[in-house]
Amino acid sequence: MPGATLRIWRGDKDGGDFFEYRSDYEDGMVVLDVVHKVQAEQANDLAVRWNCKAGKCGSCSAEINGTPRLMCMTRMDTLPTDRPITVEPMQAFPVIRDLVTDVSWNYRVKRQIKPFAPRKPDAPDGTWRMQQADVERVQEFRKCIECFLCQDVCHVLRDHHKHEEFIGPRFFVYSAALEMHPLDTADRLADLKQAGSIGYCNITKCCTKVCPEHIHITDNAIIPLKERVVDEYYDPLKKLVRLFIPRRAER
Amino acid sequence: MPIDFKTHEHDVLIVGAGGAGLRAAIESSAAGARTAVLSKSLLGKAHTVMAEGGMAAAMGNVDDRDNWRVHFADTMRGGQYLNNWRMAELHAKEAPERARELEAWGAVFDRTRDGRILQRNFGGHRYPRLAHVGDRTGLEMIRTLQDHGIHQGIDFFMEYTIITLLKDGDRIAGALAYDREWGHFHAFIAKAVVLATGGIGRAFKITSNSWEYTGDGHALAYEAGADLLDMEFVQFHPTGMVWPPSVRGILVTEGVRGEGGRLVNNAGRRFMFDDIPELYRNQVARDADEGWRYVLGDKEANRPPELLTRDHVARCINREVKAGRGSPHGGVFLDIGWIKGNKTLEGRTIDAAYIQKKLPSMYHQFKQLAGVDITAEPMEVGPTTHYVMGGVKVDGDTQMSRVPGLFAAGECAAGLHGANRLGGNSLSDLLVFGKRAGEFAAKYARETKTPAPARDQIDSAINAALEPFGRSAATEGPYQVQYDLQDRMQALVGIVRVESEMAQALDEISRLKERARRCRVEGHRQYNAGWHAAVDLASLLTVSEAVTRAAIERRESRGAQFRDDYPDKSAEFGKFNIVLRKGVDGAMQVIREPLRELPPELKAVVEENK
Ligand SMILES: Cc1cc2nc3c(=O)[nH]c(=O)nc-3n(C[C@H](O)[C@H](O)[C@H](O)COP(=O)(O)OP(=O)(O)OC[C@H]3O[C@@H](n4cnc5c(N)ncnc54)[C@H](O)[C@@H]3O)c2cc1C
Ligand code: SF4
Ligand code: SF4
Ligand code: FES
Repeated sequence: MPGATLRIWRGDKDGGDFFEYRSDYEDGMVVLDVVHKVQAEQANDLAVRWNCKAGKCGSCSAEINGTPRLMCMTRMDTLPTDRPITVEPMQAFPVIRDLVTDVSWNYRVKRQIKPFAPRKPDAPDGTWRMQQADVERVQEFRKCIECFLCQDVCHVLRDHHKHEEFIGPRFFVYSAALEMHPLDTADRLADLKQAGSIGYCNITKCCTKVCPEHIHITDNAIIPLKERVVDEYYDPLKKLVRLFIPRRAER
Repeated sequence: MPIDFKTHEHDVLIVGAGGAGLRAAIESSAAGARTAVLSKSLLGKAHTVMAEGGMAAAMGNVDDRDNWRVHFADTMRGGQYLNNWRMAELHAKEAPERARELEAWGAVFDRTRDGRILQRNFGGHRYPRLAHVGDRTGLEMIRTLQDHGIHQGIDFFMEYTIITLLKDGDRIAGALAYDREWGHFHAFIAKAVVLATGGIGRAFKITSNSWEYTGDGHALAYEAGADLLDMEFVQFHPTGMVWPPSVRGILVTEGVRGEGGRLVNNAGRRFMFDDIPELYRNQVARDADEGWRYVLGDKEANRPPELLTRDHVARCINREVKAGRGSPHGGVFLDIGWIKGNKTLEGRTIDAAYIQKKLPSMYHQFKQLAGVDITAEPMEVGPTTHYVMGGVKVDGDTQMSRVPGLFAAGECAAGLHGANRLGGNSLSDLLVFGKRAGEFAAKYARETKTPAPARDQIDSAINAALEPFGRSAATEGPYQVQYDLQDRMQALVGIVRVESEMAQALDEISRLKERARRCRVEGHRQYNAGWHAAVDLASLLTVSEAVTRAAIERRESRGAQFRDDYPDKSAEFGKFNIVLRKGVDGAMQVIREPLRELPPELKAVVEENK
């Protein structure tokens, strides 16, 4: 059996350090498997989140050799094992213990975004008609598993800690899914501009790179949203119109 | 020694934030009850998120011959007529409305050409019936309920685990929890409690289920005096991954077979054609060509044998492997790549991109975890513990157990599925009965006064939970006990069962109970995985015992239970369900409970669909 050394960060909000664990592993194992092996054999109280072990629930987010990734989808044989593999908690959120971080901020942010508000049903039986081609865009965004890796990597949150002003890529994706939903009637552009500070995003595309669902966060969600905001707020004609007509009536 | 705890008060307490729990909470809150939802994991991470294939609802969007009568008959046939027929009836009638409601809350299902919700074929369903979103239907469902639910005034407590139910006399009075973050205790006083805790798959070694599935709801209800029903029926899904070892058991959706995937042994033989059960003879394709036409949507064609019920397919695979006709890693081959080059009804030539679009997460899963490109190479698959038909016995209309104020819905409740669940009938189950549980729990709460649980229940539960920390002399941690239990259950109470092995399992379970009582936990209470595992062990052991006792009692093979010593179905055993109840002496009682007879109008529905 091959072996590897994991350098796992252990500690809590008052501080911590890396600890090295030597472990062997079977063919095909992922980082989460080895973390579990360490937990079962060497450190029973090691804190780690996981559920599905198949990249579907977004629980096992961490930073592996410095890159935000899902531990359950990172195979050991894709990592160099001649030196220790570092595994540490996401940096953009406060640590609870070991690899577990406090991601509750994300849940609070979501509640502040206006919920889905459908138009009146199209058919007398209370149902709607939508073409597959028209929902595909939204279906891409709805693949999101809320792993928050994109939030973790975004410099606005990670380095500049703008959690109070900026909702982050995950919630641009969420907003885009609502804004582009064929049935939705609510308007979130003002919120995106003000409460969401979409303007802080300078399109570095780091979020897109780490997204395990391969959602084109920047190209398909953020840029179109930015364009809508620009159309709404910086179009001189619209500005003029808005002086006389309440906003809601324009769209 | 009394330890500090915090007290919370609600009308309705919902344990679990999967599809059933969230749907119950939405309903309960809408009815004006102060509602709290607790879950072991974060919101949106419950098992429901992993469901792939779809949710069954006879909307008739793809085949207008479908309606509730056919769905009802399919469900009863699949369950080998041990189902609670009232639940099967309500489920078939109400599922379409529950599916449409999800759309009104923002779900985006795949569409038919005329813009309605698309439905796909699945095992045991006569017509294309599963509303779906590619192969990530569960994600769509849980996210829709979550995103709707957070705006309904519900209190959410994430990463809280219930360890005991509280009572006031005979009635329910709330529940005691610890939070993972700090390890603090919380007493939730509530007039009604809805259990929506999911399944028990962690009692077995090879499973598609996560760490959460330790049968907590089953065990909590049992300890509080409710009955457990049909526990012998554990569904082994025919297609789990078998390689690499670390992903053994992870699910390969039935949707692969629904899209035309075929099962072959190492001689290249499509072995499913070799064994067609009597009950389904009229519904299976005569040859490969007819099966493929069915997949494409030809209404004259019958289904390929790969789409027979799960119990049957799992046993056929097991037989091939045992007979030495398996794949290199002890499974069989599942091939979807062969459909390339064929034409769809619309005349489109099927290519690799088509398969990727239909089964994106399977593509991803195999590519990343096994290094297999499913559009070009066959997958290796074998049976995996997947679902428990058994659970808390409830009233079909209200979902209340025999303990006043204690409700159950979703996988942890029993009745709908009988001896075998049809794929897709769980997601619909969650919505139909989640809603009903929420509605009737709120009603019950409205009609009762706030209970007052005796304090000593709380103190003794807290002390018991903390005991493992004090056992410094013990040498063993909880994980070893858990592994040994999983290993024993898999070997002795698995897909093929015999009395002698199950008797041995009972012995081993009682020894493991001893070991669990002595195992040790290190560190402190804050987010301590070892401690959580130690606490969960009690539930795992209780449900393992229940499964084993019920399986011994049912001396026949039916649905998910296959007995090597009683390989045939017995008319006698088709007349009752098996119920497990905690006796006054604390021992587990096994009771045979006669089935209620089908009313004539439902009998007619069964007949007309034979
Ligand atoms: C991989 C996979 C694929 C599947 N695919 C399909 C499919 O295509 N179609 C279909 O119909 N069915 C499918 N199923 C089955 C279906 O997904 C489950 O049966 C269903 O989601 C269970 O939902 P639930 O609401 O009952 O419980 P869950 O969604 O499992 O939720 C249980 C909740 O209870 C909480 N909980 C448990 N114990 C405690 C406790 N002690 N204290 C507090 N909270 C607790 C958990 O944290 C969780 O929130 C699939 C299952 C799996 C595993
Ligand atoms: S593209 Fe924008 S949202 Fe994404 S990481 Fe860069 S700054 Fe953040
Ligand atoms: S958008 Fe991608 S990276 Fe961000 S939370 Fe969703 S799945 Fe994760
Ligand atoms: S455990 Fe679910 S994404 Fe890793």
